[in-house]
Amino acid sequence: MIDTRVKIGDLELRNPVMTASGTFGYGTEYKDFVDFSRMGGIIVKGTTLRKREGNPYPRLAEVSSGILNTIGLQNKGVDYFIEHIYPEIKDYDTNIIVNVSGTCPEDYAECAEKLALLDKIPAIEVNISCPNVKQGGMTIGVNCAAAGSVIKAVRKAYPKTMIVKLTPNVTDITEIARAVEAEGADSVSLINCLNGMAIDAERRKPILSMVTGGFSGPAIKPVALRMVYQVSKAVKIPVIGLGGISNATDAVEFMLAGASAIEIGTANFVDPSVTMKVAAGIEEYLVRHGYKSVREIIGALEVS
Amino acid sequence: MLKKFELILTVVENKKLNNSYFQLILTHPNPLPEMLPGQFVEVKVENTTTVYLRRPISINDVDYKANRLSLIIKNVGDGTNALSKLCAGDSLNLLLPLGNGFTLLENGSAILVGGGVGIAPLLYLGGKLREKGVKVTYLLGFKYNSDIIDLSAFEAVGDVNITTEDGSIGVKGFVTNHPVINSKFDRMYVCGPTPMMKSVAKCAIESGTDCEVSLENMMACGLGACLGCVTQTKEGHKCVCSDGPVFNINELIW
Ligand SMILES: Cc1cc2nc3c(=O)[nH]c(=O)nc-3n(C[C@H](O)[C@H](O)[C@H](O)COP(=O)(O)OP(=O)(O)OC[C@H]3O[C@@H](n4cnc5c(N)ncnc54)[C@H](O)[C@@H]3O)c2cc1C
Ligand SMILES: Cc1cc2nc3c(=O)[nH]c(=O)nc-3n(C[C@H](O)[C@H](O)[C@H](O)COP(=O)(O)O)c2cc1C
Ligand code: FES
Repeated sequence: MIDTRVKIGDLELRNPVMTASGTFGYGTEYKDFVDFSRMGGIIVKGTTLRKREGNPYPRLAEVSSGILNTIGLQNKGVDYFIEHIYPEIKDYDTNIIVNVSGTCPEDYAECAEKLALLDKIPAIEVNISCPNVKQGGMTIGVNCAAAGSVIKAVRKAYPKTMIVKLTPNVTDITEIARAVEAEGADSVSLINCLNGMAIDAERRKPILSMVTGGFSGPAIKPVALRMVYQVSKAVKIPVIGLGGISNATDAVEFMLAGASAIEIGTANFVDPSVTMKVAAGIEEYLVRHGYKSVREIIGALEVS
Repeated sequence: MLKKFELILTVVENKKLNNSYFQLILTHPNPLPEMLPGQFVEVKVENTTTVYLRRPISINDVDYKANRLSLIIKNVGDGTNALSKLCAGDSLNLLLPLGNGFTLLENGSAILVGGGVGIAPLLYLGGKLREKGVKVTYLLGFKYNSDIIDLSAFEAVGDVNITTEDGSIGVKGFVTNHPVINSKFDRMYVCGPTPMMKSVAKCAIESGTDCEVSLENMMACGLGACLGCVTQTKEGHKCVCSDGPVFNINELIW
């Protein structure tokens, strides 16, 4: 029997495979294609203090081996989540983690405080790739001070496991990782989407309604892998790796680079049962290489 | 909601219908699951380096006895072009059935208005309506004579009226130029390019006819998870893939 369990703060995962926020809805949408009891966790759609309508259509563009999106955090707000969605999903046989977004430290903290009261939500993932309304719309996660102040506020409001999701759109991601670690993050997950853009040359128009958008999918994997490698060397807390993971080999690569767990995002759109295949494939890899526990491969990259 | 499946189907036949349209007839070793008219499938396109996402395609017809699913596809880009090259015996990975589907009238009369490849879902719809005792009238609009396909399957279900923009066959102009659209029907069902659906919706509002349209927004997951495919409705953004693709025009902000 292979031991596939990993721990992220106080959060225990039966295996390292989770779904990335915004790509798996609330799990319900995929219930015909997956067996929740074979997943480490589901990270649900970005949730904000108040309802958001999101950005106008068109919100998607297809690019080489990936997509661009500008969803704009459409969600019905944390109170709606607690009242209507949580009761539907709380008994799924896996960890349900809520991704929290906001525009200022107070909103993040209030949202986290409400989620802390839910028994069946063992952790939150704080998405700091959001514009800070108080500081002219600059993305919170690109600045150590802004990221630090959000994480400090959430830490006070939220006693359970707090994962902080980092944006890759920075000069040095290790600085931000260290800043949120210093404010009490239990783990960091990376990467969120890269900034990108797509143009329709025939019409001389941008494809996305907001002109630019978040780039995800297999195309971003090398960037994500490099950042996971750098961050796992820079912090002591566990790192969760994501960005373009589409199969078990990709997942193993992230773990070798230092990730304790992984998330799968865009790949769910093409292969709705990809999480099942990745979980099984990781085990197969461990057997093939004679490992007894998945934890043995975390950071096991041999760099000469 | 009907259970969704990921199935690997086998191509029985790839029929060229005209210069750009083709029909894929697919089968599976096990009985096909129940599908509703207006629902769609998401097709995984293999053997290309440029296509990443699945492609949404309407269910054209299902023959449960022969265990066959038919799709009518227009070759418009790399994904549909790759599908046009499939041969008998090839396999195709599909998610199905997706979306809500049309609501079915019982008895009465309906006009099914299609534009271009938007005629595809109207065959299965017409068949199901006929089973419910509805008198089916088709109004199918094409750009040119060369876009028209063999419509005998449609003729077997209801009266077929045609318009072409160049006037080469049927009434010259758009579907809204055809006099049949002014007859009295209990419901209109519309699928085609957005400008065409909007002008038919206008006719429906003017004549006070109930009207359902099938939208074709850009999609990623097809399951209501990514929120990429939304359309603006009176109740805010709704997903075309899971709340639609069929909407009553009363719901939409057009
Ligand atoms: C619910 C639904 C049902 C459809 N039914 C049919 C059908 O029965 N027959 C048929 O021929 N076509 C149908 N379409 C349209 C079909 O999905 C597109 O023509 C196809 O995706 C184009 O792919 P491509 O790679 O050939 O072209 P591309 O070069 O990728 O794109 C050509 C055009 O197709 C649109 N398109 C591309 N990708 C998608 C996507 N993932 N989702 C939606 N639109 C896209 C783009 O807006 C673009 O303008 C349907 C679309 C939807 C949403
Ligand atoms: C459609 C879509 C919606 C997303 N929504 C969110 C979100 O609400 N919160 C968040 O932190 N990340 C969101 N992301 C980012 C993903 O969770 C993930 O970080 C990114 O897509 C990279 O991983 P991937 O390449 O495996 O998709 C979204 C991504 C996509 C494609
Ligand atoms: S395509 Fe993902 S929600 Fe509709």
